[in-house]
Amino acid sequence: MSTSFEPVIIGFLCNWCAYAGGDLAGVGRLQYPPNMRPIRVMCSGMVSPELVLHALKQGADGVMVMG
Amino acid sequence: MNVELLTKSEVMAISGEEGNFTVVVKKDPRYVDMEKCIACGICAEKCPKKVDDPYNMGVSKRKAAYIKYGQTVPLKYAIDGENCIYFTKGKCRACEKYCPTGAINFHEKEVILPLNVGAVVLAPGFKPFDPTPYENFGYKRVPDVVTGLEYERLLSAGGPCLGHLTMPSTGREPRKIAWIQCVGSRDISRSSNGYCSTVCCMYAMKQALATAEHLSGGKLERTVFYMDIRTQNKEFERYYETAREKGVRFIRSRPHSVDPGHGGTGVQVEYVTEEGKPAVEDFDLLVLSIGMEPAQDVEKLAYLMDCRRDHYGFIATHPFDPAVSSRKGIYVAGAAQAPKAIPRSVTEASAAAAEAARSLSAAKASLTTEKTYPPERDISREPPRVGVFVCACGINISGTVDVNQLADYARNLPGVAFVENNMFTCSTDTQVLMAEKIREHNLNRIVVAACTPRTHEPLFQDTLRECGLNPYLLEMANIRNHNSWVHVGDPEKATVKARDQVRMAVAKAALNAPLEQPRVNVIQQAMVVGGGLAGMSAAINLADQGHQVALVEKSHRLGGVAWRLTETWNGLPVRPYLTELIHKTENHPLIKVYKNARIKTCKGSVGDFTSDVESGGRTRTLRYGAAVFATGAHEHEPREYLYGQDPRIMTHLQFDAEKREHPEGVEKASSVVFIQCVGSREPERPYCSRVCCTHTVHTAVKLKEMNPEMDVYVLNRDMRTYGEREDLYRKARERGVIFIRFTRAEKPRVLQEKGALLVEVQDPILQRPLKLPAEYLVLATAIVPNDINELVDLYKCGLNEDGFLNQAHPKLRPVDMPVDGLFLAGLCNYPKPIDEAISQGKAAAARAGVILSKNIMQLDAIKSYVTEKCDGCALCLDVCPYAAIRMEEHGSNGHTFRRVATDSALCKGCGLCESTCPKEGVLVHGFTLPQLKAQVDAALES
Repeated sequence: MSTSFEPVIIGFLCNWCAYAGGDLAGVGRLQYPPNMRPIRVMCSGMVSPELVLHALKQGADGVMVMG
Repeated sequence: MNVELLTKSEVMAISGEEGNFTVVVKKDPRYVDMEKCIACGICAEKCPKKVDDPYNMGVSKRKAAYIKYGQTVPLKYAIDGENCIYFTKGKCRACEKYCPTGAINFHEKEVILPLNVGAVVLAPGFKPFDPTPYENFGYKRVPDVVTGLEYERLLSAGGPCLGHLTMPSTGREPRKIAWIQCVGSRDISRSSNGYCSTVCCMYAMKQALATAEHLSGGKLERTVFYMDIRTQNKEFERYYETAREKGVRFIRSRPHSVDPGHGGTGVQVEYVTEEGKPAVEDFDLLVLSIGMEPAQDVEKLAYLMDCRRDHYGFIATHPFDPAVSSRKGIYVAGAAQAPKAIPRSVTEASAAAAEAARSLSAAKASLTTEKTYPPERDISREPPRVGVFVCACGINISGTVDVNQLADYARNLPGVAFVENNMFTCSTDTQVLMAEKIREHNLNRIVVAACTPRTHEPLFQDTLRECGLNPYLLEMANIRNHNSWVHVGDPEKATVKARDQVRMAVAKAALNAPLEQPRVNVIQQAMVVGGGLAGMSAAINLADQGHQVALVEKSHRLGGVAWRLTETWNGLPVRPYLTELIHKTENHPLIKVYKNARIKTCKGSVGDFTSDVESGGRTRTLRYGAAVFATGAHEHEPREYLYGQDPRIMTHLQFDAEKREHPEGVEKASSVVFIQCVGSREPERPYCSRVCCTHTVHTAVKLKEMNPEMDVYVLNRDMRTYGEREDLYRKARERGVIFIRFTRAEKPRVLQEKGALLVEVQDPILQRPLKLPAEYLVLATAIVPNDINELVDLYKCGLNEDGFLNQAHPKLRPVDMPVDGLFLAGLCNYPKPIDEAISQGKAAAARAGVILSKNIMQLDAIKSYVTEKCDGCALCLDVCPYAAIRMEEHGSNGHTFRRVATDSALCKGCGLCESTCPKEGVLVHGFTLPQLKAQVDAALES
């Protein structure tokens, strides 16, 4: 069994806070693992349960809703 | 586009007059070409010279090539000429060598710029107090003593500890932290700052509560040594209660000695308890809550501008013209005028803008510029032809992500018609090339794989518009901030992620459609609700800006609660000003006053509201683009302290009237007692009414001036004479007014004994009960907002728990309401003195003026829209936070059905409706469920 499991995590980032926070993390060069695939949304409230389930069904190893 | 930022600049001289000043500005060299700098930070990385970082209060280092902090505006680096090795020793130039865009220019010289302007706003800010003169507090002598600002940096994620708090002496986490309040404030012995800095109580409490988040857990003790806790602003008292509940210890004492703790770490604090007993306590860290002083520049600036300063050195203003300096045409905002927190600074900045707008109204919009674009190309019949532009950002992206491989990869993605690598996609010449490629290859969707859309989307959208493409056909893949910068050590995986990001962006872009930005025809007229001081100030300024104003007053006369006030706290009579303001309002050609009026309906939204207003038996329909609410407040009628049972017991306003009408009776009184916080800071009204302490000390001083023999007692829980009002408190004590503290648990008792009125109170210093005779007992009663529930329902705006109108943001948007196009001013927002009510009125006028000054308002296109799938189930109606969705009934041939409709002027594009709707009946443009799913699918494709 492979020990190098690389999860793919779908991240929904609110444009006004989490996405901006992600930008600042970049400016500050704060390092984190490259497994998250960021999707910008205009509010975390825009992310429906259906969308989360859809991501998991399509094979996402995790979903993060950040807002 | 209409704001030019001149950084590293200083005013050298000013001449001329209101409407026509010449200001000479010296612009110091930055040594970095702002056009070329892309803020990649390589200059700072390569710069060998380390200096103390003034932004982090010297507790950490920065380089001689630097930006002040991550959010700096404009985000451009600078070379600090005083420390740069090339400038001091003649060689180095490392930054020049490594800068990928050739932005470094050591030959840059200072420039003298003469500017011709009509008005000047001064906002030079404040200087934090340097506590070195307080030797007893151990600053600089004891390592674990820091100032409040230094502590702020220690807590900050961008500070020297990266947000994980440690003790300066040992690097260990502190477990026991104390704050000493009023360091450099309310003190005329070691500093000359007799005023209260107004912000320190709150910042100390905020720090105390925030500290736990910056430690790894475990036990934490927090102690605040204070004289009076001054939480007089909106929601602050609740914060104080929370701090107490969460275990912050408050000790009313001023420590007299601070020494190093055992073994040289931590601090030992000696103080005297309120009971008069000496105490010694050890802490790991001591924070000195330093106050504000006028910035050093203020003296020079005021001298140059010929503006008067007050006795503390702050720029002087008149209470009835709070943003106007002593020189015509020069306005002032922020802490340069008096110590104050963010909301008042922002409010005054808007008030200063209002004054400038009034003064310059004749020349309005004569210098503004607007860009024109070619007509949009119709792409509706074209299949997606996506152009992908991959930015290297010098080496910012290409240093980690293999951008050539990424471009090759993008070429094979579905719908992609063109791919190009750029060194700097955002540079002006690349924008020209990009436009050429769009035309040459007939591209109709653009993906830019570069940095963040939050800063660069407008730039690229502009390029699209310049070549006839709708700006919403752009999509960005943030492969810098969200990738290369945060995955530096892992180029392989970063490149995989970048490929995914580009694939996601292409998938979404293919679904992007041209969007129309909703346009609102603005009714360039205003409505002001409430004709008190704040409302009239707003109305007059709006009318002076050139807008027609309807002023709606519910009573039979203008003036509101100001009719019952005698003087401002600084001794200016209110009546003459009030009558003049009423006269001005009633005779202004652009103001129409409706008295005995009631607003019956409200339709429409920002830019175009319609209301039926009933006044004098007639109902009129008024249209307006923006409205200012200034609905006021009133004095609470107390039920406690035998009020209403004895004519000698009065409220503040009643006693003011008594003083005006029967001065001889008041003068003869041998004893007057004031009780503070009557109905305020109580469980049923847990807020501070803010104006009563100042009102009391002002009255107390007046009484002592009338009759120095009179005994005047003020029974209080904390004296909250914030800012320069502290002078009055000191004066009252000097005149012999006696201040006695009580607590909510142990309140004074009022007794009638043999015809005499007595107040019994426990004196905390003497530690025994006192019985004070009172010929007058004045109750400092709470200020309660007027009932405006009807208006709140009509306009769908909100009140806080205490019934005061809510602002859109407590700090940054203090006069905007959460509903676009509505603004607020005066007591309806929170209790406040006259000067603050006036400045809020003017600020509201400035903010409303932003909407009213244009005849067409263009809104963002990211809005909700309804699809054929909507079956009128109405689930979305309840979740919409902006009341932007309504139900409509449709019918044809006797068949009716229901479907929702959205109001694009109210919608903010948050998409709560989209995520609630079970059938894609309502979606948000640019963020539809199919678009989001396409991104998810693309992300998981590999």
